[in-house]
Amino acid sequence: MSIDAVTLAILKGRLEQIADEMDATLFRSAFNPIIAEAHDASHGIYDAVTGETLVQGKSGLPIFVGVMAFAVKAVIDKAAASGGVHEGDVWIFNDPYDGGTHLSDFRLVKPVFRDGSLFCFLASVGHWHDVGGNVPGNYNPVATESFQEGMLIPPVKLYDKGEWRQDIVDILSANSRLPLSLYGDLNGQINALDLGERRIHALIDDYGDGTVADCLGELKERAAQMMRAQIASLPDGTVSAEDFLDNDGIVDEPLKIALDMTIDGDRMVLDFSRSSPACAGPVNISRSTTIAACYVALKHVFGDVPANAGVLEPVDFRIPEESLLSVKAPKPVGGYTETILRLIDVVFEAVARIAPDDAMACAYGTINALSLAGHRANGQRWVMFSFFGGGHGAHGHGDGLNHGNAPISTATIPPLEILEAAYPVCFTQWALRPDSGGAGEHRGGLGAIYEIELMEKSADVFLFGERGKFAPRGVAGGGDAAVNRFTFQQNDGEHQPPMVSKMIGIKLKQGQKVRLETPGGGGHGDPGKRPAAAIARDVRLGYVSPEAAERDYGFEAGNGEAGQ
Amino acid sequence: MSGRIVIGVDVGGTFTDIFVLDEAAGTVKTGKVPSTRGDQSKGFVEGIGGLVPDFSAIGTVVHGTTVGTNALLERKGARTGIITTAGFRDVLEMRRRDRPTTWGLAGSFEPVVERPDRVEVDERVLADGTVRLAVDPESVRAQAMALREAGCEAACVFFINGYANDTNERVAVEAVRSVWPNAHVTAATEILPEIREFERLSTATLNAYLQPVVSSYLDRLETGLKGRGFGGDVLIVQSNGGVMSVETAKRYPVRTALSGPAAGVIAATAIASAAGFDNIITCDMGGTSFDVSLVAGGEAALAAQTAIDFGMVVRTPMIEITTIGAGGGSIASVDKSGLLQVGPESAGSDPGPVCYGLGNDRPTVTDANLVLGRINAARPIGGKLDRLDVEAARAAIARVVAGPLGLSVEDAAEAILKLANAKMAGAIRLVSIEKGHDPARFAAMPFGGGGALHTGALIKEVGLGSALVPRFPGVTSALGCVVADMRHDRVQTVNRLVDQVDTAALGREMEAEAGAIRGVLEASGIAFAAIDTVYELDMLYLGQTHTVSVTLDGAGPDLTAADIRTAFERAYRAAYGRLLDGIAMRVMNYRVAVIGRRPDLDMAVFAPENGKPAEACRTGTRTVWCDGAAHEAGVYERLDLAAGERIAGPALMEQADTTIFVDPGLEAVVDAFGNLVIRRMEVSHG
Repeated sequence: MSIDAVTLAILKGRLEQIADEMDATLFRSAFNPIIAEAHDASHGIYDAVTGETLVQGKSGLPIFVGVMAFAVKAVIDKAAASGGVHEGDVWIFNDPYDGGTHLSDFRLVKPVFRDGSLFCFLASVGHWHDVGGNVPGNYNPVATESFQEGMLIPPVKLYDKGEWRQDIVDILSANSRLPLSLYGDLNGQINALDLGERRIHALIDDYGDGTVADCLGELKERAAQMMRAQIASLPDGTVSAEDFLDNDGIVDEPLKIALDMTIDGDRMVLDFSRSSPACAGPVNISRSTTIAACYVALKHVFGDVPANAGVLEPVDFRIPEESLLSVKAPKPVGGYTETILRLIDVVFEAVARIAPDDAMACAYGTINALSLAGHRANGQRWVMFSFFGGGHGAHGHGDGLNHGNAPISTATIPPLEILEAAYPVCFTQWALRPDSGGAGEHRGGLGAIYEIELMEKSADVFLFGERGKFAPRGVAGGGDAAVNRFTFQQNDGEHQPPMVSKMIGIKLKQGQKVRLETPGGGGHGDPGKRPAAAIARDVRLGYVSPEAAERDYGFEAGNGEAGQ
Repeated sequence: MSGRIVIGVDVGGTFTDIFVLDEAAGTVKTGKVPSTRGDQSKGFVEGIGGLVPDFSAIGTVVHGTTVGTNALLERKGARTGIITTAGFRDVLEMRRRDRPTTWGLAGSFEPVVERPDRVEVDERVLADGTVRLAVDPESVRAQAMALREAGCEAACVFFINGYANDTNERVAVEAVRSVWPNAHVTAATEILPEIREFERLSTATLNAYLQPVVSSYLDRLETGLKGRGFGGDVLIVQSNGGVMSVETAKRYPVRTALSGPAAGVIAATAIASAAGFDNIITCDMGGTSFDVSLVAGGEAALAAQTAIDFGMVVRTPMIEITTIGAGGGSIASVDKSGLLQVGPESAGSDPGPVCYGLGNDRPTVTDANLVLGRINAARPIGGKLDRLDVEAARAAIARVVAGPLGLSVEDAAEAILKLANAKMAGAIRLVSIEKGHDPARFAAMPFGGGGALHTGALIKEVGLGSALVPRFPGVTSALGCVVADMRHDRVQTVNRLVDQVDTAALGREMEAEAGAIRGVLEASGIAFAAIDTVYELDMLYLGQTHTVSVTLDGAGPDLTAADIRTAFERAYRAAYGRLLDGIAMRVMNYRVAVIGRRPDLDMAVFAPENGKPAEACRTGTRTVWCDGAAHEAGVYERLDLAAGERIAGPALMEQADTTIFVDPGLEAVVDAFGNLVIRRMEVSHG
């Protein structure tokens, strides 16, 4: 190693700042709220040869941290087969089988040249508002092929040696219900890459390309070293955890995600061999997505490991080909968020079996992509599409957070006043959901209730959710949370979808409502050990009903919290 | 006017700083007394008495207060009730569905108002302002009585979409007051008539939560001053850097959330401007944090909102202060991958650095400065300790950093400083380069106790043009009180496409708002050199959710859509570079600010009198480690230096409230106002 520890620490901070600044540029200038408000985007710096993640921003969507390397590698391979990479090129694509996640996520990859030779890649990924397919917003719960989910663009050049290719943009725009939003987001991503390139050059000007290159290599080695130390701190052995998806949206049968986790000294094996085979509906994921989800789970468990490829060096994966967790085109993958949330749950559950004291229970575990769409009186199309929140799992040191965001995301929810100003809807409730957190010495955080009334003549409703049958699990003796519950009104009364939390194209009339009750988080530890004062407080605040307090804790009103 | 004496008072956690300006005599006095915990007004009044025995000679007392900030951070506001739209009692607790940290899911949040104190009434306003369901005053009265009986001292009425039509809120507030006569009843839209329910409710709730605490403090303060014969005005510094009357502060206490730090930035701006520097980056280094603010063209940058703590959002214009966890007490460690870390964990000021000898054994930034000879062990600043323990600091650095990294103690200490400096440099880049400013055009202005040790390194690391060290860095905030302008801001949500806005009506409304605020300023009885009005729109392209701040040349009935479009395109191009032709533009909010400019303070009052040549101020030398080598640095009594004196680095300058390190390759010059200007040797001139 030719780089000293102090320069390394300083350069690490500078590089992370570049990636963060790229994130911020896109968040501020993006058009669609999924990027601007929900931060469903990410930026990073990648290896010139392997595409491996060198540095990733801290503010982007966590799941992209692991998956972007596959996207850059896809471009490297495609370029190698078609004349190589050139200065001024920018590649664009959304192929989820190579690049991970789903069709909504468009990736832009830009090579950075230094004195005529390739130094590194920069990449930007963002979730676009609409990319065609059968369902506005692209969460099609009944897709059986990716063609029903949206357009699929393989890696192509958006800029060819610095020249803008309008024909590519024309193709993209023609395939979206919301072309202006697409154009705005695309521009934001280009702005972010341009800024990243300027910053990288300024950094190399300050430190020299040799030093920066050495630093990037060294950071990867340090990350691997830290991960090995973290793994070595766990006891050797194999533990198993199984959890389930409700169904695939096509056939109402549960799908199993099984993990056998082996710790052997400073290495870890994550074996998913006992998981379900590929399914007909859109909850399949590609292998790259599976690896990325495990990375997110491990980073939640070991918070201080850095965001680069070295972290996965001591981890071996066993993911059977053609399983639910490793599908190929054109198997549908639009609902990947639900599957990776369950992957994170099984990692948390497995870790809790070997190190229960510090473990986290499962969070609410579903993205609840709800879409209401229709036409206004003047014929203008509207699509309200949003993800909803739920409770976080309890942990060894306290209760879970009420109404948090998903572990794969740092998204905030749009203000209901912004939604009401933009779309013909009126929220009639926006509240915490009592009794939704799992019981335990530490109680799971509460989920939420959202109730929405339609103000226009009619609309189509789509929902892509999970945890309608299998509740978020507690750990270390803690209880499970409440399941996800969705209801909608029709002329003849209130209904629940046949697939529980997945639904396509239900017609809603003016004045009718939809209601989402989201899961809380699982509990941690034996409920019998929860102090009476804490239970009394839960009852007083309405977090837990008196009936549930008696059932789950054997608690009778009047105990604890004397003087309150 | 009962007198020509203006007094600035900044109450900090440890000390109360007092700055006395005698306008008639053209003289200043400064004082420092211990803050009186529990009731800050006691130390406040006694501190003034120590400097100005005759209170009737005092015309104005201007105060930067941390009473509000501390009540928020320590959650010691009043028990507050919220009366809200049925179905929405949990908006405050649900936040914007966020979490405190990206990685790890162990965060928690306690709202300042518990769930049983958040009660609902039937009512509903739609997004277009239509009243769908009128509020029944009787139901409000019943809920108000229940809150009162439960023991609440303050109440906030918050209804969904109130920004679009506040009729129901006004009726409800009236109903609350009819059964509960109380000065602490807040309508959310009165505090912030802006779209986004959580941000509006959070701001309004925190306002109500602070009202009883801040009001009673200000009452005690006024009583204390009057009891000593004071007959002038008391003004309070707001987070936006302007001052307000006590009456306004009691209505809008949430505007004092960053009162103290804002005063510091205002002072820095005034000092720098007098010294000929319009572009500065202020650097306030404390025990646990490093706060930076950007001042461009003589104006401090403002932020629309800030979070005092996780989930405690305050949305009112505030001086934009970027804080990172790098202070004198920041702890150095080596992580599991062998990388050196500095902060964000901090030993604070108690137990503080290892060298304080108060029980901490992990090395800090201050310990590194001490080991490298930059701090005088026999002369600790602040006056609490008699001397610092160099050997203990060395031992801690040897054990925790030098050993694991295989470095000498001096190299390890320098590594700690380099990393701390790199973090501070990152914060400066964040407010300058990332906002499109060239750091070479900016001077760093350190205030507080520790900043002046690091400014030289920041000049080198970020490429800043120079550094400006004020004559009394320790009383900067108190000085800021004396020079701050009076300022009031008003925002109102519009939420229409430019094509759909009646621009003449909008222009008239903005002008009328400005007139109303001007009336408030004129009624304050304060003399202004000028009154300025700023008209702004928050705008965006249709489809975006983040706005760009667009400054208008003026308002009034002549405002046209073309004016608005031109101004937006100018602002958008500056922010992002690429315009988006063919996409409609939307006006989200309008903002009006009226600023009463106070007369400039003649900074010549700080000019050194009877200053001496550098050689006469030299008290000795100290060995200082820098860039891997030992240097023999001259040590000087800073306050004795005459204007125009020039000292080449490496050099150390000492005074009661700070130590200044001039790095090798830099030089310091005393300017006509007593400031030290530090620059690179090769670019110095004259």
